[in-house]
Amino acid sequence: MNATLPQTITPEIPRPPQRLLTYLEEGGHTLGSWLLTTDHKRIGVLYLYSILFFFTIAAIAAAMMRMELITPPGDMVTSETYNKLFTIHGTTMVWFFLIPSIPSVLGNFVVPLMIGARDLAFPRLNLLSWYLFNLGGLLAVYSIAVGGVDTGWTFYEPYSSAFSNTHVVTMVAGVFVAGFSSILTGLNFIVSIHKLRAPGMTWFKLPLFLWSTYATSVILVMATPVLAMTLVLVAAERIWGVGIFDPKLGGDPVLFQHLFWFYSHPAVYIMILPGMGVVSELITCFSRKPIFGYHFVAFSSVAIALIGFFVWGHHMFVSSQSVYAGLVFSILSYLVAVPSAIKVFNWTLTLYRGRIHLDTPMLYALGFIGLFTIGGLTGLFLAALGFDVHVTDTYFVVAHFHYIMVGGMVTGFLGGLHYWWPKITGRLYPENLGRLAALIIFIGFNVTFFPQYVVGYLGMPRRYHAYAPEFQVYNVMSSAGASVLGVGYVLPLIYLIWSLKHGKKAPANPWKATGLEWQTPSPPPKHNFAQTPIVTQPPYQYSPEIEEELVHG
Amino acid sequence: MTFPILPEQASDIAEQTDNLYWGLLCLSAAVCLVVFIPMIYFLIKYRDGKPADRTPRHLPEYKIEITWTVIPMLIFMCFYEWGARHYFIIERPPPDAMEIDVVGKQWMWKIQHPEGNREINELHVPVGRMVKLNMTSQDVIHSFYLPEFRIKQDVVPGRYTTEWFEARRPSSYHLFCSEFCGTSHSHMIGRVIVMTPTDYENWLTKGQPGSTLVQSGERLFRELGCSGCHMGNSVVRAPPLEGVFGKPVPLNDREVVAADEGYIRDSILFPGKQIVAGYTNDMPSFSGKVSEEELLQLIAYIKNLGSQSPPEKP
Amino acid sequence: MANPSVAVAEQFDDMPQQLEASTLGMWTFLATEILFFGALFLSYIIYRHTYVHAFAEAARHTKILHGSINTGLLMTSSLTMSLAIHAAQKGRQRPLLGFLLLTIFLGCCFLGVKGLEYKSDIDDHLVPGQHFTRNIPVQGQLFWYLYWMMTGVHSLHLAVGIGVLAFIAWRAGRQKYSAYYHNPVLISGLYWHFVDVIWVWLYSLFYLVNRY
Repeated sequence: MNATLPQTITPEIPRPPQRLLTYLEEGGHTLGSWLLTTDHKRIGVLYLYSILFFFTIAAIAAAMMRMELITPPGDMVTSETYNKLFTIHGTTMVWFFLIPSIPSVLGNFVVPLMIGARDLAFPRLNLLSWYLFNLGGLLAVYSIAVGGVDTGWTFYEPYSSAFSNTHVVTMVAGVFVAGFSSILTGLNFIVSIHKLRAPGMTWFKLPLFLWSTYATSVILVMATPVLAMTLVLVAAERIWGVGIFDPKLGGDPVLFQHLFWFYSHPAVYIMILPGMGVVSELITCFSRKPIFGYHFVAFSSVAIALIGFFVWGHHMFVSSQSVYAGLVFSILSYLVAVPSAIKVFNWTLTLYRGRIHLDTPMLYALGFIGLFTIGGLTGLFLAALGFDVHVTDTYFVVAHFHYIMVGGMVTGFLGGLHYWWPKITGRLYPENLGRLAALIIFIGFNVTFFPQYVVGYLGMPRRYHAYAPEFQVYNVMSSAGASVLGVGYVLPLIYLIWSLKHGKKAPANPWKATGLEWQTPSPPPKHNFAQTPIVTQPPYQYSPEIEEELVHG
Repeated sequence: MTFPILPEQASDIAEQTDNLYWGLLCLSAAVCLVVFIPMIYFLIKYRDGKPADRTPRHLPEYKIEITWTVIPMLIFMCFYEWGARHYFIIERPPPDAMEIDVVGKQWMWKIQHPEGNREINELHVPVGRMVKLNMTSQDVIHSFYLPEFRIKQDVVPGRYTTEWFEARRPSSYHLFCSEFCGTSHSHMIGRVIVMTPTDYENWLTKGQPGSTLVQSGERLFRELGCSGCHMGNSVVRAPPLEGVFGKPVPLNDREVVAADEGYIRDSILFPGKQIVAGYTNDMPSFSGKVSEEELLQLIAYIKNLGSQSPPEKP
Repeated sequence: MANPSVAVAEQFDDMPQQLEASTLGMWTFLATEILFFGALFLSYIIYRHTYVHAFAEAARHTKILHGSINTGLLMTSSLTMSLAIHAAQKGRQRPLLGFLLLTIFLGCCFLGVKGLEYKSDIDDHLVPGQHFTRNIPVQGQLFWYLYWMMTGVHSLHLAVGIGVLAFIAWRAGRQKYSAYYHNPVLISGLYWHFVDVIWVWLYSLFYLVNRY
């Protein structure tokens, strides 16, 4: 029937909006609104895109290396190319993926939410740090595109200054610029955690992710400048032909190593502490229990950051460093392992009498504990002076740091990404695929890297393009594992992107977690909270006796 | 297909390193058991959906934390001591070892025996003798790695480093460069060939070197003009060198240093760096005029000066 | 007394929080700068200890006149900077602008004198490399390398400081600061003083030590 709707003459009553606009909507969808944003949440997402790009480059380099290493002779690529591949892999993974991963992606997103603030202390500095990061990355990619660098990510003198014929200065400039991005991020977190906490949020009510982030930030601001100056010295020596590490002038090439490792050892704690922070959040949430030993876990982060500044010489036991220096660095290296062990024990005991939900984030957290424990134990091997003489500069060390950085940090990053994915995107990822990918990654990882311990002890040096035939069987195993690992990493890429459009809409608190970030909608509005929260409880007031349904995709 | 786990034990030190390895493996296995077994047990017993007693239990937090802080620390200290003790043995060459010189360069190892024999990428040694290597690099940092002996030492331009070993039986072992040094780093490899004493003597004589290290050094000492100031009557006062090696040398800034290989090398290349007490800074620098091998020959000669042993056989 | 014409940035609850945060931020940044210079100071200490004689000889060639004038200029500029901050705290616009401009002027004089000194050093063959003077032992090149690097990096920091103060002076000229709100002046002053303190160390280590 033809019905013409009468025009209403009732005046429109203005109604409040049904809900606050989320940060993804408010401010617009234009490219400009993203590229000029000062919203910490958008900046976190921007960082995610950036690090994904650099991870891809570094992963391709790794794939090519593992393909070459299937057979003993160097027959797939030339020696020059291989040397460039491991340099690209190392520099890109360390500075353009691992160091920013949790702090700049998850930290930027979650820190203000966790402390109940509207944003970080310096939002414009935050945007600047993203631009600096990409500028540094651009320089690094440019150096790769015009021919690459072959010094190894450690740029040892005098090879890097006087002997290498590759684009060292451009790469080093890229790392230098990206270093400022790190420093500004760390500075922002330190000031924010000190000054912007919501009323009632005392230091010992902070979630442990913030303790880890704070410790990481201290290392970021104190260690990175030393690297910056060291790289300036390398670049200056290349450009002007004179340097303070040149033996012909009485300089000491080993001084470079001291300066480099003074940064690069604390850097590995930059790369693991945030992962540990994530694991603390995940273990407690998915066992529905307050974490055991909160104060000890919190202080262990601080202890790791502090002691971690005094162990750099354990990279130099055979460098011609004094044996007495070796004694000091070895004992401190054993001491720095203790706080990490404390964390592992506390996480394990948290599970006791808990109510365990084996969701994807929890699987990653458990994987972290397993793989980090193995990697950390091999750190005890390396700290033993007489043992290190044999295995330093072999695949034993390569296996050790991949267990910590990949088995630990990357696993922690994926765990955190899945955990906060509903908060960041407002969507749930498909849970079964999540669990499958976590399992594939765990298996692929172990098959890739465990054989490297064995082949390292057998004597296979690192950075070798061609190797002795008796090492082949373990290299084949490692390369086979790498292909499985690759599949494991591609899966989340696919289903996470899929979930942006097709995933179930996420409620404010799918994991029924405590913590201020879950007391606001998923995704949050631009200013995070409708009203500044007031904190009255310590964190993690879970109750394992209550049965709760967690929301899955 | 074989799955080797350990390289051959070419020396006693290798065996001791392997013992330390087993010790660390036992420690790791123990830690894994202590952590993973309870972890897996809790994951199974307290899984959501499984009925279990989840009433919160008041555990003595401080006692537990202190215990699992102190006990690991004490255990770690034991391994620290074990590793450090082993390290001191590795790093301290015995005083009566036979000395062989090594010069690393991109991308080969140049070896000089005291008898004058030279080798490239191969190091022949007699079994059962302690061998000490004096090493330097003429370009970038390399590292002299002998996996079957479980030892390595970085070889650094501008200074001497040492490494020592004693082979147990005649065989052939790997030599790898293990500090990245450029394009052909993976090809800077060779062999250590351990021979019976007789075979070694035969090898030495068969090599028919023109002159011993000391004799080469003596020739250089004359040709470069060193003897002009440092020996016999000379207008210029220069410190006498007989018996100087290994002895303390007083300097003009009241410091006293030991005249080791590094001191002699620096005296030749950077004479103004350390001036002997009572002398003036008149010695010219030979930087750029002598190669690393020639420096080692000069050092061998100076070491031999004034020593009580009879002159070397030609 | 709140000044409604000066808005608190939206991430802060009130002006005191904003002031505390920006001050803590600047102190943290200065800590990073200490470590940045620290690598070079450490290298200086190590090599000076190793090559006492060569460093002493090398140090005798530094231009004590230029160095001392520069020290006077920079320390005076720290005084004028403090006076600028004091004026800002009192809300006195003209002295604030005046002292800022004076500080900038003194900083520029420093750079001018430094430039003349560098020219003189080049003429005296004190640049490490092939043409380095034969009158100094070869390890003296390490001293001079560190001289060029450390005074160069310091001058860069000073130039940045001049730029920052120029911006602050422009804002002060437009009366953006008051007794209620002048934190940018304060934290720029912190940076300026830091650059001065670094110079005092450089002056001592390069010009004064082992001079006589």
